[in-house]
Amino acid sequence: MTTLTVPIDNGDSVKIAEEESQRTLYPYVTGTSIVAIKYKDGVLMASDMGGSYGSTLRYKNIERVKAIGKHSLLGASGEISDFQEILRYLDELTLNDNMWDDGNSLGPKEIHNYLTRVMYNRRNKFNPLWNTLVLGGVKNGKSYLGMVSMIGVSFEDDHVATGFGNHLARPILRDEWHADLSFEDGVKLLEKCMRVLLYRDRSAINKLQIAKITEEGVTVSQPYSLKTFWEFSSFHNPTAGAEGSW
Amino acid sequence: MSQSTVDVSAKGGFSFDLCKRNEMLTQEGLKAPSFLKTGTTIVGLIFKDGVILGADTRATEGPIVADKNCEKIHYMAPNIYCCGAGTAADTEAVTDMVSSQLRLHRYETGRDSRVITALTLLKKHLFSYQGHVSAALVLGGVDITGPHLHTIDPNGLTETLPFATMGSGSLAAMSVFEAKYKEGLTRDEGIKLVAEAICSGIFNDLGSGSNVDICVITKGNKEYLRNYMEPNPRTYVSSKGYSFTKKTEVLLTKITPLLERVEITEVGEAMEE
Repeated sequence: MTTLTVPIDNGDSVKIAEEESQRTLYPYVTGTSIVAIKYKDGVLMASDMGGSYGSTLRYKNIERVKAIGKHSLLGASGEISDFQEILRYLDELTLNDNMWDDGNSLGPKEIHNYLTRVMYNRRNKFNPLWNTLVLGGVKNGKSYLGMVSMIGVSFEDDHVATGFGNHLARPILRDEWHADLSFEDGVKLLEKCMRVLLYRDRSAINKLQIAKITEEGVTVSQPYSLKTFWEFSSFHNPTAGAEGSW
Repeated sequence: MSQSTVDVSAKGGFSFDLCKRNEMLTQEGLKAPSFLKTGTTIVGLIFKDGVILGADTRATEGPIVADKNCEKIHYMAPNIYCCGAGTAADTEAVTDMVSSQLRLHRYETGRDSRVITALTLLKKHLFSYQGHVSAALVLGGVDITGPHLHTIDPNGLTETLPFATMGSGSLAAMSVFEAKYKEGLTRDEGIKLVAEAICSGIFNDLGSGSNVDICVITKGNKEYLRNYMEPNPRTYVSSKGYSFTKKTEVLLTKITPLLERVEITEVGEAMEE
């Protein structure tokens, strides 16, 4: 039986037996990819609103992109409960800061650093927060976009994608992203990526939100769906020339 | 019928005869030889007048690039070509085998081969080997019934598609196709899209690289554009390579005196015994 060492009030610690260690072994309710880009005025982040429970599409109204303070946007893919836990941690952080009431606020870079530390430390204890986080924000005119994975890999880039987006959206972004995209072009580019994900990722749903953050603040769009095209002539009668195939 | 025909494997399917011996050998400590995988991006699409196939040219053996410029678009018939991903030996062998079978069939029937013939021969073979022949193929051609494009999985599943990708770079290439494919593309638009998809695989997938091969098949005509694009050229610092000047350069002047030769002469008496 494994024992757990628990600190008690006088500074000592006591060993108690625990039945089974409570570590995250696998995710249960998961969100799929997030795609985000820097554009002229700030950062755009797109995600769909689905939460899968294994292979069932259990929840269709999950907001996976949230505003953090005045300057940042946090998007998460992976375990939804861990994402909610992270939001709680960030809430405590910002609350503590507000209590100083000195006009300072955490910028995206600071939050990214905080999240990196949290994720990496949890990974070292073999109890990870099963998420890949995307942190975007604007502070003092400078836009910032970074990513932290569940094992603590953290970096900054002009465009990021998580989950299936790594394989399907990154090639498009690498080809077509350029600095100083206008808002319309940025949204068009994100929609292009989200459409490919919708076609080819089984856990994607056709209900997405695009969040925008600029110096002025955060706007999260209303959920909407993309137009898809299924009218290829070969789809009408696919096995016309080859009986017995799909 | 000739009486001396050789009876080839009356029981079809996978022959498990050597499995016991292989297991014994691995227990003794013999490591099975690793496969040469093509870790690939192969694509095909149907355009207005026919089919365009594309492939990268990197063959990998684990983390090492074994062949920088291999050919992954295999000849099946004058009007049918097949791209192969997976274990290189398997794709070569299976396409060669079916190509020969098609030729014999052409002599028998006196007609051009049809793409579904190649498809059925390949799928029968791969299915009977239950996925152990690790060949994922993109088969395309134009026959009397029109242009056809099929994919064949190593397990024997076939699909008929307007555009298809296979291999480790298939997601990168598929994202380009899903974003940009339209029906009724012209030849140049089709080639451009195929090259773009293969380049997406080359630059975004580690298992694919080097050059782009393209094959355009139309009714009565085929064009095999080997190394259509070479987006990874080798660049030397100087075209002449290194050059060493013939002048003798004085680096250091230092005279090291050699020790004087000392003559030893026998003096005194020999040691006492």
